[in-house]
Amino acid sequence: MQELTSQLVQKPSRVIVQDRKTKYTGRNIRWEGVFKRSLVITALSVLVLVVGIFITLVVQSIPSIKALGIGYLTGKTWDPVSDIYGAWPFLLGTLLTSFLALIISIPFSFAIAVYLGEYRPTGWLSGFLKNVVELIAAVPSVIYGFWALVTLVPLVRKLESAIGVAPYGVGIFSASIVLAIMIIPYAASLGRELIQMVPSSLKEGAYSLGGTQYEVIRDVVMPYTKSGMFAGVLLSLGRALGETMAVTMVIGNTSLIPDSIFSPGNTMASVIANEFTEADRAVYLSALIELGLVLFLVTVVINMIGKSIIKRFTHE
Amino acid sequence: MESTIISSSNFNAYFGTNHVVKNVNIEIPKNSVIAVMGPSGCGKTTFLRCINRMHELTPGATSDGKMMLHDDDVYEMHPIFVRLKIGMVFQRPNPFPNLSIYDNVIAGYKLNGLRLSKSEKDRIVEQSLTRSALWNEVKDSLHKKGTFLSGGQQQRLCIARAIAMEPEVLLLDEPTSALDPISTASIEELLYELKSTYTLVIVTHNMQQAARVSNKTAFFYLGELVEYNVTKELFTNPKDSRTQNYITGRFS
Amino acid sequence: MNKLNPRIKYRLGMSKLFHALVIVFAFMIAIPLIAILFFVIKEGITKINWNFLTNIPKPVGEVGGGIANALLGSLIIVLVAAIIAIPIGIFAGIYLSENKNSRLSYWSRLAVDILQGVPSIVIGIVIYFWIVKPSGTFSAISGSMALAVMMLPIIIRSTEETLKLIPFTIKEAGFALGLPYHKVILKVIVPCGFSGILSGAILSVARIAGETAPLLFTAFGNPYLNANVAKPMQSLPLLIFNYATSPYEEWHNLAWGASMILLIWILLLNIITKLITQKWKVQL
Ligand SMILES: Nc1ncnc2c1ncn2[C@@H]1O[C@H](COP(=O)(O)OP(=O)(O)OP(=O)(O)O)[C@@H](O)[C@H]1O
Ligand SMILES: [Mg+2]
Repeated sequence: MQELTSQLVQKPSRVIVQDRKTKYTGRNIRWEGVFKRSLVITALSVLVLVVGIFITLVVQSIPSIKALGIGYLTGKTWDPVSDIYGAWPFLLGTLLTSFLALIISIPFSFAIAVYLGEYRPTGWLSGFLKNVVELIAAVPSVIYGFWALVTLVPLVRKLESAIGVAPYGVGIFSASIVLAIMIIPYAASLGRELIQMVPSSLKEGAYSLGGTQYEVIRDVVMPYTKSGMFAGVLLSLGRALGETMAVTMVIGNTSLIPDSIFSPGNTMASVIANEFTEADRAVYLSALIELGLVLFLVTVVINMIGKSIIKRFTHE
Repeated sequence: MESTIISSSNFNAYFGTNHVVKNVNIEIPKNSVIAVMGPSGCGKTTFLRCINRMHELTPGATSDGKMMLHDDDVYEMHPIFVRLKIGMVFQRPNPFPNLSIYDNVIAGYKLNGLRLSKSEKDRIVEQSLTRSALWNEVKDSLHKKGTFLSGGQQQRLCIARAIAMEPEVLLLDEPTSALDPISTASIEELLYELKSTYTLVIVTHNMQQAARVSNKTAFFYLGELVEYNVTKELFTNPKDSRTQNYITGRFS
Repeated sequence: MNKLNPRIKYRLGMSKLFHALVIVFAFMIAIPLIAILFFVIKEGITKINWNFLTNIPKPVGEVGGGIANALLGSLIIVLVAAIIAIPIGIFAGIYLSENKNSRLSYWSRLAVDILQGVPSIVIGIVIYFWIVKPSGTFSAISGSMALAVMMLPIIIRSTEETLKLIPFTIKEAGFALGLPYHKVILKVIVPCGFSGILSGAILSVARIAGETAPLLFTAFGNPYLNANVAKPMQSLPLLIFNYATSPYEEWHNLAWGASMILLIWILLLNIITKLITQKWKVQL
C-alpha cells in the first residue's frame, strides 16, 4: 500500500498509461482473431473461385457432352439451325491463328529481348523501346481490332488480290497479324529478363577466347536461356489462344473449315463471343460452353507448363 | 526488501529440434540491472526473446518451462499484454521506415490506438529522446524519417521508442554494439538512471560495461546458465571454471 | 588493318549483320504502336467535344450524339470492380506473404497462377451463370464481378511480392511494442509496402479498363444513360466493339472518339503506376 502510494506520487503518468493499455488489450485480442480468420478466408476464396470456374464449366457442358459425345470435337460442320454441332472448324481456326501469330511474333520478340538484354540494357533508346513494348501491352484489344479493321484489313485485301486469292481482307491471316503484335510484349519482356540472368563469367569466358558478339549470343546466351525462351513462347501461345475481341473483329466469323490462311474463319473464343447471347437452345448454349471448357483446360495446361519451366530456370 | 519481478524455472527453448536454451532457472530482482554474458551463439538473445514471448514468432521456435512476471505465468498471459509490460531493444536497430522520428518514438501509442493529447505527445517524445541521449541531435529534424539517422542514432531512437511505453521491464540485446564511446556512455548513464523505476536485462559482450552498469550478471554457456551472481562477485571470484575461462579471455 | 584474316573478317561481318538485324526487328515494334496512336488520335480528336461527352448516342441516321452512357458506365463498372477486388486481393496477398509454406498458400498460389491465364471470355461465361442467369438480367454488377476476378491475380501477386521484401525485423519492432497481429500488418507492414501495393492495384485497373470480352454476357451494354448497377450498362470497350463493327459512318465516329478517351485513360493509369513505383518508395 505504501509502495503504491509512493509510486502514484512519483510517477502518475505511468499508472494512467498502464490502465489504458489494459483497456485496449482486450479489444485488440478480439480483432486479432477476426483478422487472421479473414486472411485465411480470402486466400481460400481464390482457391474456391478457380475450382468454381472449373466446376461451372463442366456442369454447364454436360448437356452437350451427353448429346454430342466425343465426336463433337472432330465434327466438321457447325450448323445450329439444323442442330448440327461440330467444333472442328473452331479448333482448327484457333490453332491456325495462334501458331501463325506465334511464328510471326518470334523474330520480333527475340530481337527485342536480345537488344534490351544483351546489346543495350540501359540508355534512352532502350528506355524508349521498353516503353513502346509496355504500351503495346497496354492498348486494349478492341482498339487493336478497330484499328486492324480500318487499316490492316484493306492492306491484306490488296495483298490477297495481288497474289490471286479471294480478297476477303478479313480472315485468319489478318487475325494472326493483330494477334502477333499483341503477344510480342509477353515473350519479349520475359526473354529480356532471362538473357540478363546469363552469368557474365560465362560470356566473358567466350569473349576471352576471341568470340564475336554474335557468336557469344549464339553459343553462350542462347543455349543457356533455351528452356526459358521456350516457356516464354508457351506463355505467349496461352495468351493467343484466349484472345477474343481483336480476333473476333477481323477473322470474318464464318463456321466453315478454313481452306487456306487467307480464308475467313472463327476461333473458339470468337465463336463464343459471337453466338453466346444468341444461343436459344440448351444444347447450342452448352456446346459453346464446352468450347470454353476446352479453352480453359488448354490454356491452364500451357500456362502451368510454361510457368513451371520458368520456376525451374530461375531457381537454378 | 528486494522483490523478484521475473523468474524462470526449468526453462528450455528450441529452434525446431535444436535445443538452444537449456533448463534455465533465474530470478531477476526488481529495479536492478542484470547483465547477460556468454560466448557468441550460447543462447543469450534467444533467452531474452523468451522473456517477452518474441521467441515464438520465429517459425518452428518452441519453448517450455515456467516464466513468471510477478506472480503471473508469462506463457498464460496474452503475448500483447506481456510485451506491453516487457519492452525490448534489438541487436540491430529497427526503426519504422515509414514513420518520422517523432512518430517512431510514440509509435507504441499511435499504432496501438492509445490517444494522447498533443502536449502529452510532445512531452513523451522530448523526455524519451532526452533519456536516450538523442534529443540534442534530432530536436530540429523530428519530422524526418527515422531511417535517415546513422546506425547508432537509430539504435538510440529504438531505445527511446521502447522507454516511451514505460514498460516494467526493458530487455536490451547488445544495445551499444553499434555505438561510439560517447553515445555508449550516455546510454550507460541512461541505464543507471532507469534502474530506479524499471528493471533492465541487458545482453553485452563488454565486460567493462557489465561491471559498470549491472548489479548482477548471468553467464551463459552452450545454452546453460552456468553462473549467476552479484556482478562484482562473479568477476572477481567466479565459481565455475567456464566462467573463469571466459572472463580471463581463454575462449571467446 | 586491311590485312585481317578473311575468316575473322567474315565472323566480324556476321556479328555486325546480326546486330543490325536485331535493331531493325526490335524497333519495328514501334510501327504498329505509332500507327495505332496516329489513327486513334487523328480520327478521335475531331470527334471529341462537350456534346460528345455529355450526350448519349443518337439513333442511326441522326447526326451527333455522344458517349455519356459509356463513359459513366465504364467509370461505375471499373470502380465497383476495384472496390470488390482490391481488399480481397490485398488480404490474400498478405496471407501468402505471411504464410509462405502453408498448404493453403501452396494451393492458393497455384490458383492465382491459373486465374492469371484464364481467357477473359471464359470468365464472362462463368459469371453469366453465377449472377446473370440467377438474377434474370444482365447487369453492371455482374460485369464488375467479372473484371474483379481478372484483377485479383495482379493485385495478389504484387502485394505478395512487395510484402516479401519487408525485413522481419520491422515486424518484430511492432510486436515488441505490444501491437496485436492485425495492427502490425495493417499499420506497419502494409504502410511500408504501400507504394508497391498501390501501384499493383492501379496497374490491375489499367489492365481491365479496356476489357471487352468479359462484359459481353454480363454488363451487356445499354444505349441509354444508366447508373443502376443491377441493370445492363454500357461501357467504353463495349461501345467501341459494337459501333466499330457496325456499318454506319456516324457510329464509327463515336467509336473513334471513345477509343481515344479509353486510350488516354489507360495511358494515364500506366503513367501513374510508374510514377508511384519510382518516386514514392519507402526507404527500407
Ligand atoms: N532463427 C533461428 N533459427 C534457427 N536457429 C537459430 C535461430 N536463431 C538462432 N539460432 C541458433 O540458436 C543458437 C543461439 O542463438 P542466439 O542468437 O540466442 O545466440 P547469442 O548468444 O545471442 O549470440 P550472439 O552473441 O552472437 O548474439 C545459435 O546456435 C543459433 O545457431
Ligand atoms: Mg544475440
